[in-house]
Amino acid sequence: MALNEDKKLYHVSSSPHVRASVTTQKIMTDVIIAMLPATAFGVYRFGIGALIVVLATVAAAVISEYLYEYFMKRPITITDGSAVVTGMILALNMPPEIPVWMPMLGAVFAIIVVKQLYGGLGQNFMNPALAARCFLLISFSRAMTDFSASFPEGVDAVSGATPLAVLKAGGEASLSDLFFGNIAGTIGEVSVLMLLIGAAYLLIRGVISIRIPAVYIATVAVFMGLFGGRGFDLYYIACEICAGGLIFGAFFMATDYVTTPITPLGQILFGVFIGILTGVFRVFGASAEGVSYAIIIGNIVAPLIERATVPTPFGKGRYAEITKKLMHENTERGGK
Amino acid sequence: MSLGTFKGGAHPYEGKVLSENCAIEELRFDGEYIFPLSQHIGAPAKACVQVGDTVLAGQVIAEAGGFISANVLSSVSGTVKAIEPRMQVSGFPVMSVVVESDGRFETVEGYGQKRDIDALSKDEIRDIVKAAGIVGIGGAGFPTAVKLMPKNDDAIDYFIANGSECEPYLTSDYRLMLEEGERIVGGVKICLGLFPNAKGIIAIEDNKPEAIKHMQELVKSEPRISVMQLKTKYPEGGERQLINAVTGRYINSSMLPADAGCIVHNVATLLAIYDAVAESKPLIEKTITVTGDAVATPKNVRVRLGSSYKKILDACGGLKTEANKFICGGPMMGQALYELDCPVTKPSSALCAFAHDEVAENPTTPCIRCGRCVAACPEHLVPPMLVKAANADDMEGFEKIGGMECMECGTCSYVCPARRPLTQTFKQARKKVAALRKIKAAEEKQRKEHEEAAKKEAEKKAEEMKKNETGKEVPSWR
Repeated sequence: MALNEDKKLYHVSSSPHVRASVTTQKIMTDVIIAMLPATAFGVYRFGIGALIVVLATVAAAVISEYLYEYFMKRPITITDGSAVVTGMILALNMPPEIPVWMPMLGAVFAIIVVKQLYGGLGQNFMNPALAARCFLLISFSRAMTDFSASFPEGVDAVSGATPLAVLKAGGEASLSDLFFGNIAGTIGEVSVLMLLIGAAYLLIRGVISIRIPAVYIATVAVFMGLFGGRGFDLYYIACEICAGGLIFGAFFMATDYVTTPITPLGQILFGVFIGILTGVFRVFGASAEGVSYAIIIGNIVAPLIERATVPTPFGKGRYAEITKKLMHENTERGGK
Repeated sequence: MSLGTFKGGAHPYEGKVLSENCAIEELRFDGEYIFPLSQHIGAPAKACVQVGDTVLAGQVIAEAGGFISANVLSSVSGTVKAIEPRMQVSGFPVMSVVVESDGRFETVEGYGQKRDIDALSKDEIRDIVKAAGIVGIGGAGFPTAVKLMPKNDDAIDYFIANGSECEPYLTSDYRLMLEEGERIVGGVKICLGLFPNAKGIIAIEDNKPEAIKHMQELVKSEPRISVMQLKTKYPEGGERQLINAVTGRYINSSMLPADAGCIVHNVATLLAIYDAVAESKPLIEKTITVTGDAVATPKNVRVRLGSSYKKILDACGGLKTEANKFICGGPMMGQALYELDCPVTKPSSALCAFAHDEVAENPTTPCIRCGRCVAACPEHLVPPMLVKAANADDMEGFEKIGGMECMECGTCSYVCPARRPLTQTFKQARKKVAALRKIKAAEEKQRKEHEEAAKKEAEKKAEEMKKNETGKEVPSWR
């Protein structure tokens, strides 16, 4: 029973002994890549100031994660890319002319209060970037909703309204402007085209599933058709979908792994839930926007949805019924 | 032709290219052969030879120790050297019969004698399979004779030959289908004789087009047998997934395939059945794949049971680079070895030697709840929830959300980007639940026995009292 003569110890571990090539870091890198078109467009539209906001916010997120982990004597995890993603999402949610320190403060709040204090990566109960955005919206509401400087040339900037506010007030928006990003808004949300390019990349790479975004957008569309006051006017509904950061929220924030249900059915219910909330906020709320609040309320409800939607294990419940039916059919066929 | 498949699963690197074109070579060794008494699911066999006895190849050296058990046969001729615990691939010593080969490989009388299959009764066939010590040699090790004895033979409408070989790197079943196809079909025909209403289906993954073509050719004139192509996906060859892919039916952990009218046997097992029934050759040898990026010349080899993996590896040219991990079986469900000098047992299917240990090279990071495991689980479970329950020692919760349906296929661990040891956690938790169930059952039994004893006692007392009363002398003053 002697061990091998050279006393070399081989590795032992429980099966399986192979691993897929995908890692957390690769997933985060894909998300960053997917946000680059929208970021680049934001910089193109709004100038170098937007770039500074993005870089400063990302830096603040990464540095605060590093410092927290350093002082708490925890392993440093900044290389996994999750802090970069948080910083980027937060920055893309900022008006282009915001004083840079505000999103930086937001990033610190996102990383330390929302993420690290709850246990770090995978433990936060709310999307850190969105929670920070809401924190900033409440704290600095004027700066956070001032898009006057972001208006495209030739557009009446005096009214100070985003397309969504215009729509809510009964006005008209230009769908092509919304789609190509010729509107006022935050750095990352303006161009639906650029966001969809990024979303397609995430879908092709298998980073996100289409479930939540599709159900979310469809629910908003139906809700606005029913309660938007203009019936199922396709042009109007398309404008509602393209406006107010819905596309950005649906593909980049409502698909956040940590804070959304993990079960397939739960993801569908989650999409419906935040879709209805978004519609309610848009139609009945004081502000024209509702995506951020809808998603973070959804985040809080996600664990409950998840618990209620555990899938039926293979061979149990309805699967057992299918089996019975198939076997019955077979005996009947045999009997004939 | 649409491909049969199931929902979930993963696509690990197949690695079959290393050995798929290597024809099966026969290897024989001198020296010690080790036959563990427990190389199947069920009760260990009981040794029926003594130290010093001379034995022949094909001789029963340990008899089945119960209904769910199997005979163990010597694969060589020689002398019983010892009956003692020897190291197994599991990492534990197991009571084994050790035979010193005399190098002549003499067989028992009647070995290799042809039998007329049509003249055999169903019971005779089952008895032969049982005596031959055949177990599921695709990996599970469940006694084959037991599987061939469902409650009702007529209720079986699918007999599935599992040629999917979904485990990466393994090519022995593929080679067997190419080289021994006729005998595999012969095995299917023998089994179809037991189940008059069954359709025979040979299920093969579509990454083995040569095998599909060859088997299709062989069953052309067999009205009851057909070949079905399956999508190449792990774990397509898992019994439950295979039945689902072929028939659309679902079985769960508390069912036997026969409950859904199905019986599944690996093609290598069917070959063993054919050999035992038609040619009087009990299970004494086995085809395994020796492969991996560290092996000098990957091969498919036919070896006698009880041969040492170390000798087999040496016969394949040894290692070409330093190996960090040895696996008995495939990389998805195989057993890591820390000691190569272990015997080949009936369910052994391969020896893999890898230069890199992907498990050690990929440290665990926090779960980001990406849901890849949920999408991949072929049993439709939610691994993060199960892990939570298992880590909190909430065995009731673990069972409630389907933990006992897990078949430890490893797909969740494979796809996890955070490299979390999900499957490992479930293995432990499932063992715990099984142990708790046993304890509960024992307590229940004890309680019942106590109750019964108390009841009997009470009855006895009552009877005595009655007797006393009737037998009592009536006082005179009354």
